[in-house]
Amino acid sequence: MTGGPLPHSARRNEHMLKRVHFKPSLLPFLLVAPQIVITIVFFFWPASQALYQSFLVEDAFGLSTEFVWFDNFIELFQDPHYLGAFQRTAYFSLSVAFIAMFSALVLAAMADRIVRGATTYRTLLIWPYAIAPVLAGALWVFMFDPTLGIFVYALNAIGIDWNYKLNGDQAMTLVILASAWKQIAYNFLFFIAAMQSIPRSLIEAAAIDGAGPLRRFTTIIFPLITPTSFFLLVVNVVYAFFDTFGVIDAMTQGGPANATQILVYKVYYDGFVGLDLGGSAAQSVVLMAIVILLTVVQFRFIERKVEY
Amino acid sequence: MKLSKFLVGAAAATALTGMASGAMAVTEIQWWHAMGGANGERVNKIAADFNASQSEYKVVPTNKGNYTETMTAAIAAFRAGKQPDIVQVFEVGTATMMAAKGAVYPVYKLMQDEGESFDINAYLPAVVSYYQTSNGKLLSMPFNSSTPVLWYNKDAFKKAGITKVPSTWDEMKTASEKLVASGMKCGFSFGWQSWVMIENYSAWHNLPIGTRENGYAGLDTEFTFNNAAVKNRLQKIYDWSKKGLFKYGGRRGDSLSMFTNGECGMWMNSSAYYGAMKAQAKFDFGQAMLPLDTEVAKKPQNSIIGGATLWVLKGKPKSHYKGVALFLKYLSSPKVQAWWHQETGYVPITTAAYKLSEEQGFYKSNPGTDTAIHELSLNQPTPNSRGLRFGNFVQVRDIINEEMENIWAGKKTASQAMDDAVARGNKLLRKFEKANR
Repeated sequence: MTGGPLPHSARRNEHMLKRVHFKPSLLPFLLVAPQIVITIVFFFWPASQALYQSFLVEDAFGLSTEFVWFDNFIELFQDPHYLGAFQRTAYFSLSVAFIAMFSALVLAAMADRIVRGATTYRTLLIWPYAIAPVLAGALWVFMFDPTLGIFVYALNAIGIDWNYKLNGDQAMTLVILASAWKQIAYNFLFFIAAMQSIPRSLIEAAAIDGAGPLRRFTTIIFPLITPTSFFLLVVNVVYAFFDTFGVIDAMTQGGPANATQILVYKVYYDGFVGLDLGGSAAQSVVLMAIVILLTVVQFRFIERKVEY
Repeated sequence: MKLSKFLVGAAAATALTGMASGAMAVTEIQWWHAMGGANGERVNKIAADFNASQSEYKVVPTNKGNYTETMTAAIAAFRAGKQPDIVQVFEVGTATMMAAKGAVYPVYKLMQDEGESFDINAYLPAVVSYYQTSNGKLLSMPFNSSTPVLWYNKDAFKKAGITKVPSTWDEMKTASEKLVASGMKCGFSFGWQSWVMIENYSAWHNLPIGTRENGYAGLDTEFTFNNAAVKNRLQKIYDWSKKGLFKYGGRRGDSLSMFTNGECGMWMNSSAYYGAMKAQAKFDFGQAMLPLDTEVAKKPQNSIIGGATLWVLKGKPKSHYKGVALFLKYLSSPKVQAWWHQETGYVPITTAAYKLSEEQGFYKSNPGTDTAIHELSLNQPTPNSRGLRFGNFVQVRDIINEEMENIWAGKKTASQAMDDAVARGNKLLRKFEKANR
């Protein structure tokens, strides 16, 4: 910029900008320092540790350490159970994201149209977000326990032999439902905010033209909230990837027969139960790569389209 | 003004704490354990009694969660240089602890270094053999040990007209048929299936689970439990399950309720369920020795234990270890052991404690409670029956669980499932070997 010839006005602008520059001061650096320190201590440092650990084969106590380059990764991608966990995670994450978003969208569309008592409905719908994942898991366990659960009576009555402790598909369904349920409140909040930012005049105009509620939703509201939907999709997939650990740990511990062992649970299991630190670190690094990729996608393709 | 007040206060506080520690002058010994609930209180009592018996050392027990969490916590603490003096580790963690030569202080060596007399022959061979080196040196102090037994519902047996408690697998079948015919939902079930049906089944019939003396002789061991005897037994049990003779009820002790609520007439699992059984079963129950597979062996060998031991960790001040040695000796004294055994259903670790319980009339007033000891001391343990020592065995057990669940669900034949379990287990053994070279 500075090298090429500039139009007169731009040059003057540049000149003026220079004149109003503050004197170099320590203050801005001090102000951002805490954030930088936090990022270094809580992200860069552990991330580099994980990266380093993933190149090692080490016993649990750290007494004998061998540097093995990419052996841990090679072993990982040759392990059919790890690849199985990948598939499960994709299935789990997409299901959670879809159910959580779809339900939230329906609820938001309903809540948006309510006039009386709207605040009450909204408050109630936001509540589940305040529940810790472990507690959410415990609640669902109580409802669906094969011998104690209240819903199990109903399921048995309609002829479903419910036992998620033995049946992997049932276990998967249960953790998907519990994880999705917890995320609905968050999605609801974003959807309702997006819907309320749509100018009323647009919707009224459509109503005057004779469009029913469903048509108004599909042709006006839904297209106008796509940036939010897109943003939520990424957030939900990331949630399903990482934050569902508590739900799974409380409900199935990854079982039966690994049916609900998703990537993040396998990291924990191999590292803390199996004491295979190198393999677990390698899995963390893979997960880290995935989340970085998802974040890049979010910023490059989605954030542009979101109108604040 | 304010600052000086604060300084005075701080100085006073420092002086006070200094005085306090000076006045006590006891060496604190940290003991991390995994015993929750009633057993946690018994652990506290043992520590409190030891502390009251002398004034130089103070054992401080801390519950660190379940077995896995306790072990992980101790390892993490060791890496950070903040390890406890003593940590309770479950039997399947033995290989991991053993391999950590720089971290653990073998019990035999501790006793030698501290000049404490220690007679290995006072301990039940089947208990200590699990924790010895291949040449007989004791590495960790047995604390809570149990072994699987056959629990049976005496009332249901009476109703079904079964006069003899099954002692062979053929009798298991006929007894189960009678139980089902008498209206029960299932004949028998079991829990901790890798421990009961693979590890103990093999030891009971003097079959190896793996090469290199079940892993005692080296890390280059491989699993061999995919043999004809195991496959045949599991396949038969699956075939029986179609007629309701067997019903699978989940991992660990999940199937206990199937026995205590009268669904199944027999249950194979740890002798340490005695307390739970007494509290929950509304019928007369008994315990008997594990059934024998007459096609495989003429008579049973001995069963192997489960449970946990206390490991001493290195890296504490020298002054601690005398106290640790004294505490471990106190712990294995007949009085403490007999009390622990009678309260919990775990087996006593010394012959003296067993004799004492006998003298106190415990077995007379609680018939069957000595079954576990009889099973363990049936014969001098062989390399196949003294225990097992495989790395990553926590995960291997989960693999065995998964593959056995595949049998019960009818997804795989017993033969296929065992072959797969061995192949997957061997991979973990190689990984462990690599990490501990």
